[in-house]
Amino acid sequence: MAKAETIILNQAGITRAITRIAHEILEINRGGEGLALVGIRTGGDTLAKLICQRISEIEGVDVPLGTVDITMYRDDLAARGSLPVGKTEIPFPLDDKKVVLVDDVLFTGRTIRAAMDALMDFGRPSCIQLSVLIDRGHRELPIRADYVGRNVPTSLEEQIELLFDEDMVPVEVRLIKP
Amino acid sequence: MAFRHKHILGIEHLSAEDIQLILDTAESFKEINSRDIKKVPTLRGKTIINAFFEASTRTRLSFEIAGKRLSADSVNISGSTSSVVKGETLEDTAKNIEAMAPDIIVIRHGHSGSPHYLAERVGCSIINAGDGAHEHPSQALLDLMTMREHKGSIKGLEVAIVGDITHSRVARSNIYALTRMGARIRLAGPGTMIPAGIEKMGDVTVFNDLRDAIKDADVVMMLRIQLERQSKTLLPSLREYARYFGLNQENLKLARPDAIVMHPGPMNRGVEISSYVSDGEQNVILDQVENGVAVRMALLYLVSGVDAILAE
Amino acid sequence: MEKLIIKGGRVIDPAQNLDETLDILIENGVVVSIGGGIDAEDAEVIDATGKLVTPGLVDIHVHLRDPGFEYKEDIASGTRSAVAGGFTSVACMPNTKPVNDNHTITSYILQKAEKEGSCRVFPIASITKGMAGESLTEMGELKEIGCCAVSDDGVPVSNSEMMRRAMEYARPFGLAIVTHAEDLALVGSGVMNEGPVATELGLKGIPWVAEDAATVRDVMLSELTGCRLHVCHVSTKGSVDIVRQAKRRGVPVTCEATPHHFSLTEEAVRGYNTNAKMNPPLRSEEDRQAVLAGLADGTIDAIATDHAPHHLDEKNVEFNIAMNGVVGLETALSLSLQLVRDGVIDLHRMIELLTCSPARALDLPVGTLEIGSDADVTIIDPDLKWTVDAQQLASKSKNTPFDGWEMQGAAVCTVVGGKVMFDIAK
Repeated sequence: MAKAETIILNQAGITRAITRIAHEILEINRGGEGLALVGIRTGGDTLAKLICQRISEIEGVDVPLGTVDITMYRDDLAARGSLPVGKTEIPFPLDDKKVVLVDDVLFTGRTIRAAMDALMDFGRPSCIQLSVLIDRGHRELPIRADYVGRNVPTSLEEQIELLFDEDMVPVEVRLIKP
Repeated sequence: MAFRHKHILGIEHLSAEDIQLILDTAESFKEINSRDIKKVPTLRGKTIINAFFEASTRTRLSFEIAGKRLSADSVNISGSTSSVVKGETLEDTAKNIEAMAPDIIVIRHGHSGSPHYLAERVGCSIINAGDGAHEHPSQALLDLMTMREHKGSIKGLEVAIVGDITHSRVARSNIYALTRMGARIRLAGPGTMIPAGIEKMGDVTVFNDLRDAIKDADVVMMLRIQLERQSKTLLPSLREYARYFGLNQENLKLARPDAIVMHPGPMNRGVEISSYVSDGEQNVILDQVENGVAVRMALLYLVSGVDAILAE
Repeated sequence: MEKLIIKGGRVIDPAQNLDETLDILIENGVVVSIGGGIDAEDAEVIDATGKLVTPGLVDIHVHLRDPGFEYKEDIASGTRSAVAGGFTSVACMPNTKPVNDNHTITSYILQKAEKEGSCRVFPIASITKGMAGESLTEMGELKEIGCCAVSDDGVPVSNSEMMRRAMEYARPFGLAIVTHAEDLALVGSGVMNEGPVATELGLKGIPWVAEDAATVRDVMLSELTGCRLHVCHVSTKGSVDIVRQAKRRGVPVTCEATPHHFSLTEEAVRGYNTNAKMNPPLRSEEDRQAVLAGLADGTIDAIATDHAPHHLDEKNVEFNIAMNGVVGLETALSLSLQLVRDGVIDLHRMIELLTCSPARALDLPVGTLEIGSDADVTIIDPDLKWTVDAQQLASKSKNTPFDGWEMQGAAVCTVVGGKVMFDIAK
């Protein structure tokens, strides 16, 4: 049975969403002062890099950028086994920073919970905000995003796929129905 | 690639891909050791028993710290405090430990094959922390991690291992691991300490003279000469041992200028290794110790998730 | 008068160079006639059509563990195991507790065998008192009351002078010295054959020279003293060759090989299998081939099991501390038949190695179906397929390395002194 695929965002759409999120982050935080971006591996780290570049273009400031791998903080080791552990790189102190966590798709909220736990182990940010490209609903934890590229109502069986080209530039977001 | 080994009994059973995965995982875990809060919740609720039936400080400490940094509950029993002295069989000791429902037993034992013996008789994961003269897999893995850090890749490295090969589980595990990853091994040691057929275990060449073994080597690994173990039939004196099989500034010059010097510890300064070398610029001995914690975290993590993977 | 006829079997008796389909008539425990179409009224008849009928098999190297280690085996269970494997005579080693070094122990063994045994038992006394290697046993008396040979099996006589005197003393009594030839200093704390497998497993090796050096010493002492020497369980290329050359020189030496040494190599130890631990250890493939060649060319005189029962608790431990030895009475015949199927030896030679030839080595009055001899007969189905199940062995101990092996050929009926002591159908 062929799967039905719908393109939710094309490359131009993704670029516009990132630009808007960059503007919103600057607006809400009144500039880039004290700001830091941390992308969640894998997917979120690429988006965080793009947002970081856009902020630099808009505001002329370099916001510190890190990545976090949440494998060590997962709550489903028994169910899914030992997944490969990626590197966490946060080469700056998090204390008193306004940290924007960046992920590609917000779903149950468990990944974000794990990522927040990880950040807490690195220091004490003054606040944590959340930015996602797609919010597909179905939260299992009391978590919401501060910056959303696109809200996409989905059913549990559906999948959201973010596609990258060879240079790890995001080119398309697809909704796949079973 | 998923890790499919419930037990880590030896390097013999691991493929190049397995070793790669363990080293990559260890590299990711290594970062935790430089944090202020050196703890992640990965193995929360898991119980790890470090059963050391043979004296060990470093390996036991390393496994204990590894477990604790992953939030597991690590408990140690050792030869002197365990019921082994009361004449209980290893099987009974293990079954009693198992009845307390640990997830992993890390075992160090003087008899070769003891971890295999346990793996056949208990349900939890077994990690070999050194069995007799057989294997010491976590040591070889931390050695490879250290080589990879300093040399970029293991493939093509010339690695000299010098000392009492006959009684060395470190040598055996390294021979398996290095051969699997494409390095070449040169061995040297007194004639009484080179076991029959060792060259059949891997890409191994045996040299009579230490100097030939370390000539142009990328890595020089000196083994501990076990003072307590060597009877007079194996060695006339430590003085003579140091003279012909000790590493010093002079003979180290034969190795490549960028060669690294390794030692699994604890060192006998002035016997197998001179202090000028063990404290010199080429030594990576403390890197080995540091990487030991990361490698053991990786092993504990990987075997912990294996039931789910094997169930698929 | 008790009469038994074994009808229609292929009778092979190497002692008489006999190989024909014949009937055997047994009266009062003695073979009275062999021929075609024998019938007798009121005789019990065993139909052996399609089967091999051979002299009762003789195993000259068995540990019955009685007295002292009855938890491993006793004379009743050990001889039951023997007849289940087709053996009608066993020679039992003296390393009991106390050691069989005096007439009291020998008498105990003989009496218990008479009362509870299923087959003939020929005790072997020790060479030295307590097998301590220090003073000679009363070999004259021991021979007179029924010991067939002397041996310090398991604890070889290290002192060469002691061994020399033992041979000098034993010779006039017509006693063979049975030697477990191992240089204990070279064995050291070794637990398996020295070589690549031991190196890989990190287990201490026993070099071949431990056996060869001891064999050559004992062969030379036999040459010096003229005493008959029987070398137990040769397992190395070198020791087979030493015996071969000695025989050419006319030295009165015989030797035996065990089924485990001709069927297995050191590879069987992998996985730290304690049921592959014995002394001498399983050797290399090259050694195994040399043993096979020795069986074929007549250098080796006997297939003997070195049946060495040990309790589960003594084997279910780490390899280093497990006891040496395996049980063998119930698997020996099948493994020997495999040699015939593999073309190593012919059937005639195989039966010789299990009957008259071992009997000759220790001068035992068994091993043939000659008229007038005691009626010990083994009926063999050479095609019977069966699977070894250690738990089903008649022996008290289950320490076999062949558990789970698919076998072909087995004794289906064992007759000792005219009495059926084992029948596979029952």
